Amino acid sequence: MTAETRIFRDSEADRTFRPAFSLSKLAIYALLIAWAVVCLFPIYWTVTTSFKAAPDVMQGNMIPYVDFEPQRLGWRALGLSPDTIGTVSTPREEFLRRFWNSTIISVSASLLAVILGSCAAYGLSRFSFRFGPMKNDDISFFFLSQLILPPVVLALPFLILYRELDLLDSRIGLILLYTLTVLPIVIWIMRDQFAAIPTELEEAAMVDGLGIWGAFLTIILPIALPGMVAAFILSLVLTWNEYFFAALLTSTHANTLPVMVASQTGSQGISWWSMAALSFAAILPLIVIGILLERFIIKGMAAGAVK
Amino acid sequence: MSELHIVTEDQITPERTRRGKLMIRGGLALLIATALAQWADQAGLVDLGRTSWRPTLYAFCLFATLLCWAQVVLHGEQGKRTLFVLPAALFVVALVVFPLIFGLGIAMSDWNLASPDGRKFNGLDNLWQALEDPFYLNALWNMVLYTAAILVEYVIAFGLALLLNAEIRARKFFRVAFLLPLMLSPVAVSWMIGKSMFEPRFGPMARLARTLGWDNPSFFGSPEIARAMMMIMDAWTYIPFMMIMLLAGLQAIPKELHEAAEVDGASPWRRFWEVTFPLMLPVSITAILIRIIFKLKLADIVINITSGGPGGATDTVTSFIFREYRDRSNVGYGTMLAFIYLVLIVIAMTALMKLTARWSRPQT
Repeated sequence: MTAETRIFRDSEADRTFRPAFSLSKLAIYALLIAWAVVCLFPIYWTVTTSFKAAPDVMQGNMIPYVDFEPQRLGWRALGLSPDTIGTVSTPREEFLRRFWNSTIISVSASLLAVILGSCAAYGLSRFSFRFGPMKNDDISFFFLSQLILPPVVLALPFLILYRELDLLDSRIGLILLYTLTVLPIVIWIMRDQFAAIPTELEEAAMVDGLGIWGAFLTIILPIALPGMVAAFILSLVLTWNEYFFAALLTSTHANTLPVMVASQTGSQGISWWSMAALSFAAILPLIVIGILLERFIIKGMAAGAVK
Repeated sequence: MSELHIVTEDQITPERTRRGKLMIRGGLALLIATALAQWADQAGLVDLGRTSWRPTLYAFCLFATLLCWAQVVLHGEQGKRTLFVLPAALFVVALVVFPLIFGLGIAMSDWNLASPDGRKFNGLDNLWQALEDPFYLNALWNMVLYTAAILVEYVIAFGLALLLNAEIRARKFFRVAFLLPLMLSPVAVSWMIGKSMFEPRFGPMARLARTLGWDNPSFFGSPEIARAMMMIMDAWTYIPFMMIMLLAGLQAIPKELHEAAEVDGASPWRRFWEVTFPLMLPVSITAILIRIIFKLKLADIVINITSGGPGGATDTVTSFIFREYRDRSNVGYGTMLAFIYLVLIVIAMTALMKLTARWSRPQT
């Protein structure tokens, strides 16, 4: 699949396509809007709650400016309100540190997974290997079977190993583990990508004097770039949201954002506004990614669904 | 899959072969020597003053690098091809196969990190204990129930995919809106939905329930309702995933087939069951299998909302083991539980894949 073919086409030809079933238009839109409300209401609720004060929460006011006057209590508690942005704030420092940890860990893990996974997927789609008794299909299966492995199986052995290796509560430790968890997904996506690129391209390049790595880096990678971006974004989302390993393997230094959200929302009573602000600040980057890069995410997830 | 055929001539001199083998053996010898020295240090035979196993880790990295490099030295062009797969393979072996073997040792020992006794080998005692642990068996049963809920998710996801595939306006808006739940972190979701929207006093859903006539709504009080709530929340997050896969499948169906069925006078209902659904079967099976794999990892929302309660009704295997470690630091037993789970999953998934392969063969 190349950059030009999009999985979901919104072209004219598509719009004129008559669906094979004839629910009335109205019912379709009603259902669509109902489900959109189901999907979006929790986000709306979190945003509005972060601007509420105690009485508004208890009265269940819903619509800002109509039901209640927005306050900045929650954002002030987090230190992210515009009017207190100049002052020193411990929660803000904490938040930014966790945010930075999450960013470094998820970006490096995704990058590493895309590099390792693309090379492996390319090798498996182009050459036949033999490692002992294992042939290409077995090697592919070996990589993809990691998907079935539940994280909890690795959790406690890793806890002990990291304790011995002095890697507990370190970013490197989490990066390695996260790379491992997303690697099979990257390989799955990239295998499809490379299989769709004709081998004549490399053959031509190599006749012209490029080595196999030269052909891979200068000819094939640029063509497969959209697929790599899709794999990267999908890995980014998965690693950014990961909670289980982070909760188990970090304590003070390398905490990621989900761990912070979990500890805050677990402890405080009903200061909903600050927890709503924190939750929203934690999911905001992903909402932005989801809106801007929707087609890459869909491309990544649809890979392998249609052969 | 197409294969690349290139003929290359490499002159591998005996000198080069010797150098390559020397690199591999040297790296391996260094790794073993470091590991042995560290083991002796830990056992108290010699004192090197090292507290962590880091040197062994560095030795492994060096060995891995030498191994990759030696491929090129030994096999020339063929070695450069091996270099595509070898790093990833070494990475996975180091991070999965080794910890699994190591974990097997932990699983067969009585090891509580909080107690000063340290590790004691106790064979299969943990296994027998697990088979009689009512809470663990309950968690396993819950996983079966949670997995069964996937069928409902599938029906909803299929319906949404059909809706999105219909001739509608604002398609991109709906697609993005439907996709968003998948992007949100489960931890944030467990607060946003579980703890605030379904809060029994002030949450909007509790208000709604009261208007509908449920006087004292309690969403996590009784076992059945709490479990259903977990299913709903997990479904909310992952329905978009199945929906996207099914939508991709729907759009790959040639339109001519529908048109032909329409010309033949098939009703929409029959057109769906006799054209669309059979054609969608392979995609459906892939989507459901992947969804099952994700479902078996379910833990975040359970840990954060109910921590398994009430009375273990919402416990998943992962959250149960998480608490086994958090509350009791029982590493040995927890690892054994995880290994039993792994064996069960591998058996179940293999059986499921074999079965579905048989079902879907005639259609494809």
